[in-house]
Amino acid sequence: MDITIQDYLNILPLIIIAAGILISVVIEMYAKNSEKILPWFSIVIFFSAGYYALFTVNSQSVLFSNMIVTGGTANIFFFLFCFGAAIVSLLSIDYLKKAGIYFGEYYILLQSAVLGMMLLANARDLVMIFIGLEQMSIPFYVLAGFNRKKHFSNEAALKYFLLGAFATGFIVFGMGLIYGSVGSMSIDAIMTKFGDVSTNAVFIIGVLLFIIGFSFKIAAFPFHMWVPDVYQGSPTTVTAIMSTGGKAAAFSALFIALSPFFGDVSFNIFKPFLSALAVLSMLFGSIVAIAQTDIKRMLAYSSISHAGYMLIGVTSGLASGTAGVIFYLAAYTFMNLGAFGIVSMLEGENDTNLKIDDYINLGKKNPLIAGLLSIFMFALSGLPPFAGFFGKYYVFISAIESGMTWLAIVGVISSVISVYFYLRLVVLMYFKEGNEGINPTVSNTALLGVVIAALIVILIGLFPGSIIELISTFVI
Amino acid sequence: MLESYIPIMLVLGFAVVFAMAAVFSSKLFGPQRPNPEKLSTYESGVKPIGTTHERVSIKYYLIAMLFIIFDIEVIFVYPWAVEFRQLFAEFGISVFVSMFIFLVVFELGFLYAYKKGGFDWD
Amino acid sequence: MNLEIILFVIFSAIAVVSSVLMVTRRNAIMSALFLILNFGALSGLYLTLHAQFIAVVQVIVYAGAIMVLFLFVIMLLRPADDKGLLEEHPKMKWFAIGIGVFIFLQLAFVILFSSTVGSIVQAPNNIEIGTIQSIGKELYTKYLIPFEAAAFLLLAAAIGAIVLAKKKFN
Repeated sequence: MDITIQDYLNILPLIIIAAGILISVVIEMYAKNSEKILPWFSIVIFFSAGYYALFTVNSQSVLFSNMIVTGGTANIFFFLFCFGAAIVSLLSIDYLKKAGIYFGEYYILLQSAVLGMMLLANARDLVMIFIGLEQMSIPFYVLAGFNRKKHFSNEAALKYFLLGAFATGFIVFGMGLIYGSVGSMSIDAIMTKFGDVSTNAVFIIGVLLFIIGFSFKIAAFPFHMWVPDVYQGSPTTVTAIMSTGGKAAAFSALFIALSPFFGDVSFNIFKPFLSALAVLSMLFGSIVAIAQTDIKRMLAYSSISHAGYMLIGVTSGLASGTAGVIFYLAAYTFMNLGAFGIVSMLEGENDTNLKIDDYINLGKKNPLIAGLLSIFMFALSGLPPFAGFFGKYYVFISAIESGMTWLAIVGVISSVISVYFYLRLVVLMYFKEGNEGINPTVSNTALLGVVIAALIVILIGLFPGSIIELISTFVI
Repeated sequence: MLESYIPIMLVLGFAVVFAMAAVFSSKLFGPQRPNPEKLSTYESGVKPIGTTHERVSIKYYLIAMLFIIFDIEVIFVYPWAVEFRQLFAEFGISVFVSMFIFLVVFELGFLYAYKKGGFDWD
Repeated sequence: MNLEIILFVIFSAIAVVSSVLMVTRRNAIMSALFLILNFGALSGLYLTLHAQFIAVVQVIVYAGAIMVLFLFVIMLLRPADDKGLLEEHPKMKWFAIGIGVFIFLQLAFVILFSSTVGSIVQAPNNIEIGTIQSIGKELYTKYLIPFEAAAFLLLAAAIGAIVLAKKKFN
């Protein structure tokens, strides 16, 4: 238990968020207008933690009897979660007023969820993964049902809770089998004993259950059934963080658990399973999204197909695949946040203005919003030179490197299908005759958040090489 | 090892035997002359209305939920209290600090629930 | 025959009988009470496995707190008539039987054939490992960070419960 000052500095992002939660609870208890103070307070907290994490990305260490790691990919994930959550806080300020859920607790729960994601991303022990997963999921269950007056919101929360708890059951059962076969929960112990257990059926089934449980969390087909309803029913800003930060955190946990396998022949056992998940998610998400008329549902199905693209990188089992997925997650986080941010801005009271047809002629009525939304749609569909293109590129390259060219080909086909429904929105905004569509009122803080997201998406698209290089140095 | 539990087993066994004896001895020794009036539900001498299957208020549910959360806190404190002497000798004040942080975080939740009227019956 | 086997037979008999009684009761509250008995017997079984701490947790958390919640839910959702779910949906019974048989086969497989497909590691000094002392030592040294994180988890749960159940909407 000899912990130095440097160790505390290394986990400072965690400490900042944890202290932020405690201070926020005190503010919520004693301040009269906590709902006015807390968004700005949490933006400061998120920003300082995220900035610090990116700043200290090189200080890699393993701390607290091999429980957590700092630096490297963990800090890159910290940056994603914290900046994503900061943007969500900006989006939420006016959205919560509009939705009639203008409460300070929203931000406490948001910070708790971010703390959970961070614990997932820097875990080095299955116990940490479990605690982090619950720390992330429980605030999400509450946030999904935050609007207690709405039936859809309640339904979303209940569905998410029941299926999420079911998935957690899979994960914990898997952890139990892994513990039974290895005799330890530590990833390091699994790595040292890997030669003995890699052919052990109990161990393999444990890892498989673990993957299945996290497939729920990343919303991969066929464990996706909660996604459309939950994404549609939750408050839009909650959906924004759930679909980006939650997904990124689940992927980070998947990488931690699969890290002993990478570069080993025993990973081939999982390849058929993972590639089936990837192919089905991509095609199912892209094809079903075409038929949607509700924009939140459309983005939900697109989220399923993006989970598929990212799974390609996991399936490759190569360091380049892992780096590609982290890059993809970075790009996806900000482009999806931007898209949901605009949806939350345009959304009217009582779930109005959420149809795709409501976006007709937006290009004439509000060129700025329409332009930003077009950027996000181009990025999501993977057209160059935006961030999404390079994410897909790196992931597909890793599939080809690992000798699974067919997977990359399916990915390209699915991308081509997905271009249809992303660009249909752009076409509706600019090239539709007539005068129907909504007249949006725009909130300035939310616009700031969306503009930041757009800038990050463009930046990632402009400098993909240096970013993937940075990520690759930390991926073994 | 297990032998140390024999007193607890004895207490449990005695409790079971005593409870059973109390219930069944009255059945065994008391006179049994039932009639419909006697077997009806006793409702302070008034004619009984409705079933006993009344729904309870949802308010109990929140109390039960908070009870579980604070019950789990006790579970964490329990091994700490048992092992405190050895841990303190080995690691010093940091053992105390770690539990102190845990309790501060936790009691903040308690204070929050209290402030927001989580324990009020309204 | 040593004490361990005698206790195992007693507690497992109570556990089996109480769980059979639990699933066959018509009155849901009676089922819940038998479930408490089952939890108590299970806690005894943990003791025979030298897992004292889990035995205590089983009594305090499951037989105590969780069952309180269970009973409140049953009393809150009181079904209007006593017609059971199985009588309305007779096919559910076969589904339940199928699941039960599946889990039984799984357990039988693990117990009888586990040595052929994969090995389970014996925990080191497994007499000591379940004591409250050893759990306390591990929890406040090795598992310190998960322990502190658990405080934040419970804080989030408490806040979530209050928000969902108590927050006033205008």
